[in-house]
Amino acid sequence: MADGTDISRRHFVQVSAAAGGLMLSFSVAGKARADGTTAPVLNAYVTIAPDNVVTLVAKNPEIGQGIKTSLPMIIAEELDVDWAQVRIQQADSKPAVYGLQFAGGSMATPMNWDQLRKVGATARALIVAAAAANWKVPASECTTASGVVYHKASKRSATYGSLAAQAATLPAPDPKSIVLKDPKAYKIIGKSKPQVDTAAIVRGKPLFGIDVVVPGMLYATFEKAPVFGAGVASADLDAALAVKGVRKAFLVGGGPELNGLLPGVAVVADSWWQARQGRNKLNIKWQDHPTAQQSSSGFAAQADALSKGAPLRTERQDGDVAAGFTGATSTVEAAYAYPFIAHAPLEPQNCTAHFHDGKMEIWAPTQYPDAGRQLVAKTLGLKPADITIHMTRCGGGFGRRLANDYMVEAAWIAKETGAPVKLLWTREDDLRHDFYRPAGWHYLKGAVAKSGKISAWHDHFVTLGTAGKPASSAGMATTEFPARFVENFKYDLSVIECGIPTGPLRAPGSNALAFVVQSFIDELAHSAGIDPVTFRLNLLGDQVFVGTAGKDGYDGHRMKGVLELVAAKSGWGKTKLGPRQGMGVAFHFSHLGYFAEVVQAHVSEAGDVTVEKVWVAADVGRQIINPTGALNQVQGAVIDGLSAALGQKISIEGGAVVERNFNTYPLLRMKSAPMVEVHWNITDNAPTGLGEPALPPVLPALCNAIFAATGKRLRSLPISKDQLKV
Amino acid sequence: MTYSLNVDGKVRQADVEPGTPLLWALRDSLGILGPKFGCGIGSCGACTVHIDGVPVRSCATPVEKVGAGKVTTIEAIGDTAIGKKVQAAWTELDVAQCGYCQPGQIMSATALLTKTPKPTDADIDTAMSGNICRCATYTRIRAAIKLASGQKSGV
Ligand code: FES
Ligand code: FES
Repeated sequence: MADGTDISRRHFVQVSAAAGGLMLSFSVAGKARADGTTAPVLNAYVTIAPDNVVTLVAKNPEIGQGIKTSLPMIIAEELDVDWAQVRIQQADSKPAVYGLQFAGGSMATPMNWDQLRKVGATARALIVAAAAANWKVPASECTTASGVVYHKASKRSATYGSLAAQAATLPAPDPKSIVLKDPKAYKIIGKSKPQVDTAAIVRGKPLFGIDVVVPGMLYATFEKAPVFGAGVASADLDAALAVKGVRKAFLVGGGPELNGLLPGVAVVADSWWQARQGRNKLNIKWQDHPTAQQSSSGFAAQADALSKGAPLRTERQDGDVAAGFTGATSTVEAAYAYPFIAHAPLEPQNCTAHFHDGKMEIWAPTQYPDAGRQLVAKTLGLKPADITIHMTRCGGGFGRRLANDYMVEAAWIAKETGAPVKLLWTREDDLRHDFYRPAGWHYLKGAVAKSGKISAWHDHFVTLGTAGKPASSAGMATTEFPARFVENFKYDLSVIECGIPTGPLRAPGSNALAFVVQSFIDELAHSAGIDPVTFRLNLLGDQVFVGTAGKDGYDGHRMKGVLELVAAKSGWGKTKLGPRQGMGVAFHFSHLGYFAEVVQAHVSEAGDVTVEKVWVAADVGRQIINPTGALNQVQGAVIDGLSAALGQKISIEGGAVVERNFNTYPLLRMKSAPMVEVHWNITDNAPTGLGEPALPPVLPALCNAIFAATGKRLRSLPISKDQLKV
Repeated sequence: MTYSLNVDGKVRQADVEPGTPLLWALRDSLGILGPKFGCGIGSCGACTVHIDGVPVRSCATPVEKVGAGKVTTIEAIGDTAIGKKVQAAWTELDVAQCGYCQPGQIMSATALLTKTPKPTDADIDTAMSGNICRCATYTRIRAAIKLASGQKSGV
């Protein structure tokens, strides 16, 4: 990650007195910057008040993944306090203090697990040292529980709160002397804790970016060209200004960068509804733009043409693919395709900004606040240090809020307006100005040998990008499964020139690639007449581990573990199924998590798909930090994947998005949500994240179930009823 | 125009133009931020409030149509016996992920339980399918409705 911290470096602790209590500053030695300077960093996470209330800082953006609860749980465990005495405070964006503050890649758990345990344990050590000094006993004779230090032999005890001020004057302990708890003694980690904001959420309290109110605030709306990046030719600003309540209407020049400030027209008013009425009167004419030549059907036609010729380049070649086809017992050739899809977090993009005294203050629902700061600084010519960012709760993220386009828009508009401004997008703005999960095409050939193993695999992947380079989230790693598990393997790549902005969406890459790879594996299994679970176990074979741990490593043994577990739990091969009812299986490794899933589905003669049940087996290591939150994440990710498979598609025509709102971009609803049963396979591996890896396997598992139910192989998404009608 | 609106048990004056959706009168004029904006076309349910006990999409209800109707939002639904039970069930099962849809979900669920104290799964499907949860917490929403209604659930 491009951030200022590296958790493997030396840590030390700085202690200071704070408001009558202890404030523990956790410090990471500065990382040497390219220019030779170091960035000193000091982090404050723990404050203990005299009344024994413990305030812990939640450092990362909360987007619904539960991190505002789970990261402080890690600190509280090692601090050895009761969860009931803990209060949580959301951090502002302060990378110099907290290191990387970021919600993406399911990385928060692996990146913070060791560090935050040490934060808690170090604070505890200081408190114990203060008690030991008071009682003139060795620290080793003191124990702690529930925020109290005990010296059993002399029957003395003292609350952390009574010791905190004194502890704050003590020197930081040697990091090497810090002992972490035996996981068997955990009282908080691994126990279900409701989200810390639950009470406020169910009462509709103002928690989100859209709820921010700043005194004197105005409301803004911003219209950009439907064709990505096109400039404004003309706009009737006077007509907008004539609408009651409208204070300002102005052009924003913007620039050519699709992830920066784009050209458009801003309307600022006393209320958002008035701003929108003003916007309706703008009658904007847009300039011509080359992207207007691009369309979904055009991309598909180009992909088809490219598939017939030589690829742009070969990305990976193992063994001899041609030889793998000779003597095979069965071969399959198939073309797979998936569309652009949008993130559509339920809270539309918004940001509040106030430029005063030469400084910018921002309130934003963002997954990556510091990237927003850098973008605002660059675009507005401000110093990063002059930009304060308050992180609000995000009404969903899914990767959309890693881009901070709405933040730079709000900052620009607020500066032009000279007052605090809340910019709010419409849903239509959101669907038409996303960084989409890119569309892609795979032209596959595969063969199965007599042994029942795959003897050849050839994928010609046609993706979108510029100048031969795949666009953001449009690439495929050379180690993507089944690479390294098939002896004769070839991966060819071609790239179509594309002006549509793309970016990471929950389980980027994987959310599409699992569909292709695990569907095609299923085709090969059926072509060879082998049970799909058995076939996959053969494919994983006896390779325990391939690649390098922490880099491109893939543990075949862990994957077999979840595959066997999900087969057992779902009654695979033992369940009696009715007509047009079927079960499908798939697995996928992403974000360090191993997931295997089985879907049971029914398809009506009219082609309607009912997902009856989903079984999930998951291996994310030895520790589930917050079981209730973890279960919610997995169930949500699975249903999110089904939603994509069953209905989601962004279509490009004339360089612009066709879909407008939830009436044309359907998200899965209650009536279609199946039961999702989750089983953890606890293995002795480092704990890893859960926001994403549960999603990818469910798409192919569903398509494979539909094949089992109907004999129809679905090779393009979303699933359409017409493909399945009798 | 000034509209007198009876919201959450109080009469309040909203100074907005005719045609302004109730949602924006509540949020921007009266500072009642509990109802959320998700789509603006009546398609997601995030903005759900009750008018005289009936769930409506406030984003698609012009303010002049409210008249003397009693508007109840998520901020006061806890003052009703059923709303309180629903909020308690939501809390107990920790339904929310991002939480953004949940005010609307709770309003729809409370309306359902007021009319149908022991809803079947089919009743839940019908009453709740106008509310999108982008985080897909449907499993828990269903369970929480069952819990609030004193029925067993499969979760
Ligand atoms: S905002 Fe009213 S239904 Fe979506
Ligand atoms: S909890 Fe996020 S939209 Fe429902």
